[in-house]
Order: sequence, then C-alpha cells, then structure tokens
Amino acid sequence: MSKSDKAAEIRRLMLAEGDAVEQNTKGFNAGRYDSVSELENYEELKDRAREIKEDAIARLPELIDQLRDAVEENGGTLYVADDAADANRYVRDVVADNDGDRVVKSKSMTTEELEVNDALERDGVDVVETDLGEWVIQLADEAPSHLIAPAIHRSREDIAELFNETFDPDEPLETAAELTQFARERLGEQIRDADVGMTGANFITADTGTMALVTSEGNARKSAVVPDTHVAVAGVEKVVPSVEDLQPFVELIARSGTGQDITSYVSLLTPPVESPTVDFDDDETPLSERGSDREFHLVLVDNGRMAMREDDQLRETLYCIRCSACSNSCANFQQVGGHAFGGETYSGGIGTGWEAGIEGLDVAGEFNDLCTGCSRCVNACPVKIDIPWINTVVRDRVNRGTDEEFDWLVEGLTPDAEPGGVPLQKRFFGNFSTVAKLGSATAPVSNWLADAAPSRWAMDRLLGIDKRRELPTFQRETLRSWFERRETAIDDPTREVVLYPDVYTNHVQVERGKAAVRTLEALGVRVHVPEVASSGRAPLSQGMIATAESHAHDVYGALAEHVDAGRDVVVVEPSDLAMFEREYEKFLPERSFERLRDNSYEVMEYVYGLLQNGGDSERLRRAPADDPGVAYHSHCQQRTLGLEGHTVAVLEDLDYDVVTSDVECCGMAGSFGYKSDYYELSVEVGEDLAGQFTTDETRDRTVVASGTSCLEQLDSLLSRPTTHPIELVAP
Amino acid sequence: MVTETVATFEDSLGQLDVEWTHTTSDGFEATVASLIEEPAVGVSLPFDGASLPDAVTVDPTAAALESARTSVTPASFGVAEYGSVVLASTPGGAEPVSLYPELHVPVVRADDVVPGMPEAFDRFGSEIREHRSSSIIATGPSATADMGDLVFGAHGPKEVHVVILDE
Repeated sequence: MSKSDKAAEIRRLMLAEGDAVEQNTKGFNAGRYDSVSELENYEELKDRAREIKEDAIARLPELIDQLRDAVEENGGTLYVADDAADANRYVRDVVADNDGDRVVKSKSMTTEELEVNDALERDGVDVVETDLGEWVIQLADEAPSHLIAPAIHRSREDIAELFNETFDPDEPLETAAELTQFARERLGEQIRDADVGMTGANFITADTGTMALVTSEGNARKSAVVPDTHVAVAGVEKVVPSVEDLQPFVELIARSGTGQDITSYVSLLTPPVESPTVDFDDDETPLSERGSDREFHLVLVDNGRMAMREDDQLRETLYCIRCSACSNSCANFQQVGGHAFGGETYSGGIGTGWEAGIEGLDVAGEFNDLCTGCSRCVNACPVKIDIPWINTVVRDRVNRGTDEEFDWLVEGLTPDAEPGGVPLQKRFFGNFSTVAKLGSATAPVSNWLADAAPSRWAMDRLLGIDKRRELPTFQRETLRSWFERRETAIDDPTREVVLYPDVYTNHVQVERGKAAVRTLEALGVRVHVPEVASSGRAPLSQGMIATAESHAHDVYGALAEHVDAGRDVVVVEPSDLAMFEREYEKFLPERSFERLRDNSYEVMEYVYGLLQNGGDSERLRRAPADDPGVAYHSHCQQRTLGLEGHTVAVLEDLDYDVVTSDVECCGMAGSFGYKSDYYELSVEVGEDLAGQFTTDETRDRTVVASGTSCLEQLDSLLSRPTTHPIELVAP
Repeated sequence: MVTETVATFEDSLGQLDVEWTHTTSDGFEATVASLIEEPAVGVSLPFDGASLPDAVTVDPTAAALESARTSVTPASFGVAEYGSVVLASTPGGAEPVSLYPELHVPVVRADDVVPGMPEAFDRFGSEIREHRSSSIIATGPSATADMGDLVFGAHGPKEVHVVILDE
C-alpha cells in the first residue's frame, strides 16, 4: 500500500469506526487501572503468570503428551493440527461423523485464525456465532476489530440498523436491552437445535485435561453443554501444567482486559462433562435420567506456533493470554481500532507477533509501524511481554526483506550498521543524529533550506515527511559548545554528574539543556557534558536494531569511565533514558547494562533526589504568587519507568499548582507524527491531550512536558508556548 | 456471627449489585419460597436439614427448565474476594438448571466461603485431579456490553440472589 493509500485508509477508519473504538477502549483501559489498583499483589501475580507461561512453553511437547493422556483418560480425543487446513479437516470430519447440520460456537480467536466457519459452510453446515459481538460481525460479514470485543467498532445505533435490516422485526429494535433480548431469543433457538458446540479455551491444564473458559454472557456454557458433541479449538500455547496454575490468570485476565475484577463465568470444564444432554422438547424425562452420552474433541493448533517457540525473539508472543490490555492502552489503537491496527486475525500491539508467526512478515508488516514504541502496554501486560520489542524485531525483519530504490541516496549520508533494503524514510529518521549534527553545523542556513518549498516537496516525496509538520530548528551553538565555552566553578560539589547530551537537547532544544546545567549547579552539583553518541533510540524506533546496538556500545564506552569515577548520569530526554533502563538489556552484557541503568536518572527525578537529600529549594525558581499553575504532560516512556511523580513532586515543592494529563501518549512519538501516512492519526491522538489542556480548568496554565516529541506536538496543537519542567524551575 | 470472610463475601456481592439473604436450615424453606418467582426449578441440595419448598420442581424435565423463571442450585463454595459462587456440574443437570432461568438462587453454606482465589484453586486442584469434575465460577448475573451498553441477562440469568446458609 502506498503512503497516501495508507493515510486514506486510516482516515476512513477513524471516521467510520474511530468514535466507537475510542469510547470502548478508553473505558476498558480506565477500568483496568481501577481494577488492578485494588490488587495488593498485582506485581506478584504478574510475575507468577509469567513464570508459569515461560515454564509451560519451555516444556510444551512434554505437557502436550501429558494432556493427551489426561484427555483420553477422561474419554475425549486430542488432536494436534499442524496447520489451519489440518485443523479444519479434522473439525469437518467430526461434524460430518455426527451428521451435524448446525454448529453453535462461542467466541474463539483461534477459530477466526483457522477460518473454520468458511470451511464448514462449504460443507453446507450452518455455523452460528453465539457471542453477541461475534454474531454481529458474522451478520455484517466483518473481521473482529479487537481481541475480546470483536464488534467494538460498532455503535449501538449501527447494530440496531444491522439487526433491523437483517431481520425486519415487527417493532424496530433500538435500545441495548432490546437488541440483547432479541439476540438471546434468536440465538437460544439456534443453540436448541444444534448438533455440535464449538468453543475456544483460554487455558488447558495438562494434569487433568481441564479447560478454562473466560466469558460473561453464558453462551459458551450453553455451547459446551447443550449439544452432545463438543469440539474445543485452541492454540498449543494454551496448555499450562496444572489446575493450580490457573489461579493467577483467573485473577488477572478480566482486570487486564475489560477492567472487570472477574468475568461473570469462568468455566472449568473437564470434558466430556457430566451434565446431562439437554433436549428442550423432552417434557417427560427428568434431567437426571437423561444421561450424558457425550463426545469431546480437543483440537490443539500449531499453525506456526512451534516454530515461534524456537524463535528467541518471537517466543514471548506465546505467553500472550489475549486479554487486549495492549490494545486498550495504545493511543493509536484507541483511534483506529483493529481493522487498521491488525492483520488477518490478531490486532493491537501483540498482534504483530502473532501475525508474524502465523501468517508471515508481509501481513505483520502491514500494520507494524502503528506501534510507536511508546511502551504504555508494557506495564499493562499481565504476562510482562515486551511488546514494543517484538514490534521492533518484526520491523527489523521487515526492513531486511524490503527492496528500496533510493538506497544510493543515503548510503553516504547515513553510515549505519544496516544492510541495504532499509526503507529510505526509516534510514533518514534512524540516522537523525547525523542529520542533526549537519543541521547545527550549517544553521541557520540548514533551517532556511529545509523549510523551503522545494525541500519540503522532496522530503514529502522521497522521505514521506508530511508537509504540514513544522521541522525542528537546529541551533548553531550546541549545548556542548555552549558548555565548553563557559566558566563553571563548583567547589566542594555534593555530587558530580554527566549531563547526557541527547541529540535534541544538544542540537535543537538547547535551552532546556542550559536550564538543566544551571539547576544542577545551583544545587551544588558539578556537571560534565562530554561527547557521547546518541542513544540509538532513533534507529531502534525504525527497526534498525544493528545500528541501535552499535550506539549502545558507543554510549556505554563513553559513559563507563564517568560512572566508575562516581558520576551519576542525568538524562533530559525520557526516551533516551528508557534506552538505558530497558532496551540496553538486549545489547549490553548484563553487568554493563545494570551499571548504566542503576546510575542513570531522569533530570527531574535527579532534582527530586537532590532536594530530598538536603538540596536547597530556595536556589530554584519558585512559582510567583500570581502563577497560573501548570498543566503537565509526562512522557509515555517516562511513565512506564514510573518517573512521572518526581516531576510533579518537585513542581509542587516549589509551589506550582499541577494538573496532569491522563492520556497514554501525545501521539507524536519521535518520527511517527512526521510521517505523511500517519500525520492525521498522530494529530487525532494529540487532540485528546490538547483537549485536556484547553478546559476551563487548564486553559490558562503553563503547558509543561518532558519529552521532545510531546513538546513538538503540543506546540503545534496549542496556541500557547510550551516548556520543559527544568526550564520552569531553573534559576 | 458473621465471620470476616463472609463479611468480605457480602461486600463483594454488594459491589456486584447482587442481593443475598442469610438463613438457617430451619428458616431455609420459607426463605427460598419468598425469593423465587414461579415457575421455579432446582436440583436437590446436599445440605443437611435444608430442603427446597414445594414450589420448586426438583429434577425438572428439559421442557420444564426452559419455561422456568427461577432456579435454585447448591454452590460447592463461595469466594469472598470476588463474590463468586462455584457451581459444580452434575449428572442431575445443575449446570443447565443454574443457567437458563432469569433468576438464579445459588445456596452456599457460610462455612464454605473461602477468602480468595488461591484457596479456591487449592480446592479445585485436588478435587479436579481426583474426580475429573467440572465447575463454573459464577460471579454476578450474565452480562454483555456488546450491544453498546451494559445489559444483564445476555444468555444466562438476569439476576442472582445468593442464599447464605448459616449453621
């Protein structure tokens, strides 16, 4: 898809589905925050869940053997299907052997993956989805737009229109209650006469052959119990060792997904179940005398999963419990939903991993770039999957498989560690530090030229940089050259620090760097601003992992000696700090990673620490008596690191009245908002934040943000100036 | 006396907007009779001295189940933290009986309420390994938000009223 086609598709989906998706995902997301905050042992449960999944996937072949024994002892059959065709063939045979005319299904993403409905329908079988949301998209002939709420993109009005057109009821349906009642009755009749019930399974225990089904409507209970033949279809990764292992997942899954503490029903079925088969036309036989002559088939689906298990980078995807927290906490997903941010079946942040493993890189590559790496999903994931990393790996692999014709243009300008094939746009943004160096060296001419119409045309055409975005203005005097030229004399310092000259602070937002130096010195700290390579955030965000890794080695090399000399590393740009604290774990030896991580601080976090340890706040700039207050937006990655509170505390300590935003991300996310295919989505996400800072309560407040991207986005969307918190408090 | 665990159970039910009534085996029949809407069906209860009122058809036919408005079934135990009741599947049809009617009245002994999920899964572990049984952890009524707003009674009961049997 070309960039303009992609932009048009995103625009179309934002218009058609954006409102419903936004309202629902934000509701789920807010519910998640509330629900997990009530769990005293939330982190412990996540650790336990992670541990169980790691162990289960490591021992999967052994667990499948154990499960097979258990299912057979129980009187059922286990079939491991190699791929979708194999699974569908097996299911079709089971249905045919039972002379099945109708199959009722409860919601199962794995059967969506297999497209089992189509396979059965080709045999003339009537397949009915009984989950209300799934039924809606079956009637509308659409794909699910969300892992657990498949019709999340449709409003009540949409659904009413669909039902009224499809069924032409005597009285047009309107309210949610009327629609639900209509669906209940209609689907109840279909379940009544069904020959086979098909369900998914959220978890399956190897010790007993018990499946856990997490639902709220009760349709899965009916589908599993009313017909006498039950087919359960699940990915091989759903197997856990024992019944007790279900506990952390039962406590986490609904909280993480919809924000409920638990769903209405968690069925723990050990099929074939003892419940009598139900024939509602039978008005003579008491239920207890009907007997339970049941058939049960468990179909475990490989379809690429066993290969993912061997893949050191994609393996983590198999720990996913499909709760949808990564979708709901994703600012981009909240605006476009899974029809844009999704592949053949799976959507949202983790969708890339699933689609890469199951369908292939081409499908994953179609929506992978919608992950900006903001990392807001990382803490939300109940099994602690590093979802941004999976997206980065997939991007890297997609890059390596791509042919791009303008490579010759950048080979000289951007000496990176990537092979040919990385798209030009990614290569440009990935090597932004080189661009910035050149930009500062030739400023202000570089800024005039960059802004000139022919340049913008070329940037748009060759690099996909949207013409509507204002470009950063490079400063002729970098932070480092300013610092080297000035006299500093801190005698008897309390601490010594290295102020990390990140690309933006050094070349573009130089004032905030100077403010950091003044603040630190005012608190008795001796500051060094050595030459250090850029962190690798820029290439990493473009999926250029080899280049990012070479930056990590350079940065560590430049900083290690300072750390050994007892100097702390202070970082202004949160996305660079996040590199040191999170991603460098992938690039550096463990001891090196830990040494840098443990000695690195966000600048306001560091100021907070200084003030807590006797630093004199009188030396900083307090809020004047008539201060209008502060509207503060913390950076996404900064919040993932748990560092929002430090800025707020420092500002409040200095008498500023602080209101904080509660959006997940500003939508700019480094290069994302510059790209012409994503510009409008970026603005749509940013409007949420801008809206929060233009209410009656906030419109007169000083706008403060911690990240370069956040500041750029706010600058473009608000009509008042923005600033970094360090500039507010610096003397 | 209401133990701390039962008090937590009540709090959780309150948060789910699920009503509950305490009774003893002496008052059980009358309590249940006052809660149900007819026609009512049920399965026999394994609790000493607690029997269902005549208005409840025990061990109904499937046809009677389909037309019933209330069902009364026993819970193996309750989970205080969540306000959940555990409904075991039985050859007598406790599972469909608890699912189809609009109002479900589960009966749980106060002594059978456990504090949280760790205790619940300890019980499930040994029980399921020994008997290969099936159970539903049911928490509040059937619900859906798929039609654009939260609605109770999607495929299962619209309302749940828990009877807590004190001894």
